[in-house]
Amino acid sequence: MTGFQRTIATLGGLAAAAALVIAFIGSGEAGIALLAASLVLALAGMRHHFSLWPQARVDLVASLGGMALLLSRLDGDMPTASWPLLIACWLFGWLAVEKTMAARNLPKALSSVLSLAVPVFFGAWIIFAWEVLTIGLQIPTVLLPPPSMIAVRFAESTSILWADFQQTVIKAALSGYILGCGSAFMVAILIDRVPFLQRGLLPVGNFVSALPIVGIAPIMVMWFGFDWQSKAAVVVVMTFFPMLVNTVAGLQATQAMERDLLRTYASSYFQLLIKLRLPTAAPFIFNALKINSTLALIGAIVAEFFGTPIVGLGFRISTEVGRMNVDMVWAEIVVAALAGSLSYGLLSLLERQVTFWHPSNRRKTP
Amino acid sequence: MSQDSNSIPAIRADRLCLTFDSNDGPVHALKDVDLTIEKGDFVSFIGPSGCGKTTLLRVIADLEHPTGGAISVNGKTPEEARLAGAYGYVFQAPALLAWRTIERNIGLPLEIMGISRAEQAERVKRTLELVGLDGFGRKFPWQLSGGMQQRASIARALAFDAELLLMDEPFGALDEIVRDHLNEQLLQLWKKTGKTICFVTHSIPEAVYLSTRIVVMSPRPGRVTDIIESDLPAERPLDIRESKRFLEIAQRVRNGLREGHSYD
Repeated sequence: MTGFQRTIATLGGLAAAAALVIAFIGSGEAGIALLAASLVLALAGMRHHFSLWPQARVDLVASLGGMALLLSRLDGDMPTASWPLLIACWLFGWLAVEKTMAARNLPKALSSVLSLAVPVFFGAWIIFAWEVLTIGLQIPTVLLPPPSMIAVRFAESTSILWADFQQTVIKAALSGYILGCGSAFMVAILIDRVPFLQRGLLPVGNFVSALPIVGIAPIMVMWFGFDWQSKAAVVVVMTFFPMLVNTVAGLQATQAMERDLLRTYASSYFQLLIKLRLPTAAPFIFNALKINSTLALIGAIVAEFFGTPIVGLGFRISTEVGRMNVDMVWAEIVVAALAGSLSYGLLSLLERQVTFWHPSNRRKTP
Repeated sequence: MSQDSNSIPAIRADRLCLTFDSNDGPVHALKDVDLTIEKGDFVSFIGPSGCGKTTLLRVIADLEHPTGGAISVNGKTPEEARLAGAYGYVFQAPALLAWRTIERNIGLPLEIMGISRAEQAERVKRTLELVGLDGFGRKFPWQLSGGMQQRASIARALAFDAELLLMDEPFGALDEIVRDHLNEQLLQLWKKTGKTICFVTHSIPEAVYLSTRIVVMSPRPGRVTDIIESDLPAERPLDIRESKRFLEIAQRVRNGLREGHSYD
């Protein structure tokens, strides 16, 4: 066990001991289950000094048990001892992860499961702490609703959320993204071929990208109407420039020696472009695609604040905020976050497939 | 007809000049270079940096344009020769494309020149064997050592069977042991294929060991100061470098380099 793991174990044990002491002083209020849980966790912390059952799963079970107890006792009037217990659970969970990740020569299948399990566990913990804190501390739901409330609202309104998702993500953001990135790519290749355009178009692109979205959105609504087309137009404007500059930079990233090499083969402009320059530009292009995937979503949502039919993520957020239905706002945020993470993840996956050769993606044993 | 084409020199330069314009005025990279290289020669260009040896090679390859004089490659202009795929060029660095396997890197010139897939595969296989890289074709360049990468880049230059091989300090970045090994292999390859090789180097032993002729150059302005015919036997084990004849030729090269410098 490393010194760091020992520190976490000691702190966890101390937090549990504190819970135990507080539960005793507050007599009766805490209840026997809480007393027992605190005792178990305190002992779990102490066991490290006697090198008993050092396995990570002991820490995990201790942590999960404490969490289950806290969840079962969850209400607005929780005993004070719950809070040090919460901290103890957090520390033991951390310890379990820390020990598992430090373990060497794990079977390959297990380590790939773990690499997925750790972030999931971490996310689950955040949601758990959020739930316990918002309910236990009686935080007004207008400020921050507990995750359970958001989940219930989400489950009850799937048809509305699906319609909003289609309107904003599929119609507005995706079509704008494809149009914006695609046209910027074409223009970049054109610019690269014609120096006159490079002098003239790059500054214009720069200028357009500096326009604030709150200025563009109402204008686009006037040009293209209330429906998703105007939002797609905003997304096109927002995604165009990052793609343009990145592709232009990527096309210029080839080395003189590589260009000379293809010249000695008497290669044509298109052979040079396809066999050398576009592959070299791929890491740049994927950077732009990833940046743009989040930009497109933001653009489509914010643009709906400036006039829209009565459907869409942005529309729903702005109206439900006005009606103090914060749980619905959060449900929409969940949809947007899921869509954003999913598209980013897919692009990253694709990027690793296409630019596997780039030093940042090279596997040690292919 | 075949006799005719054999009597044409691989390279003929006649009062060749190349002047770059820089902020400090014109730089004479090459001045009045007269040179004839016959087919089948192994010619080394040696000289201190700035003597124009790389520039001369790039002029032959049509990567630079002379500002005066005349040059012909296989009796054609350098541009015609380049478009005809008359030479393979090996650069100072391997310059292999990281997203292509070694096989596909060697196949790159064949793809560009529009050679059929079956023939590509056959030629790639043959050149891989020629440079001793059989079994590494499926690897990516970044999975090989520096010496192997440079060998792959030589294989790529050989793949399309050009009669002329232009090599610009190909082993400059490699350590002494790998370099000796590759020098030996290059000599064998030259004997096996009968190609004309132009080899730029700044190492006297390397030049003497490899060449049939050594062109000594000097800087400011870049010009040829001496052309030394080597009469070392065709069979050259590595320890020929300790023989009396070898040291005499090396001495003559060294003198030529020194003379060039005293001009400053």
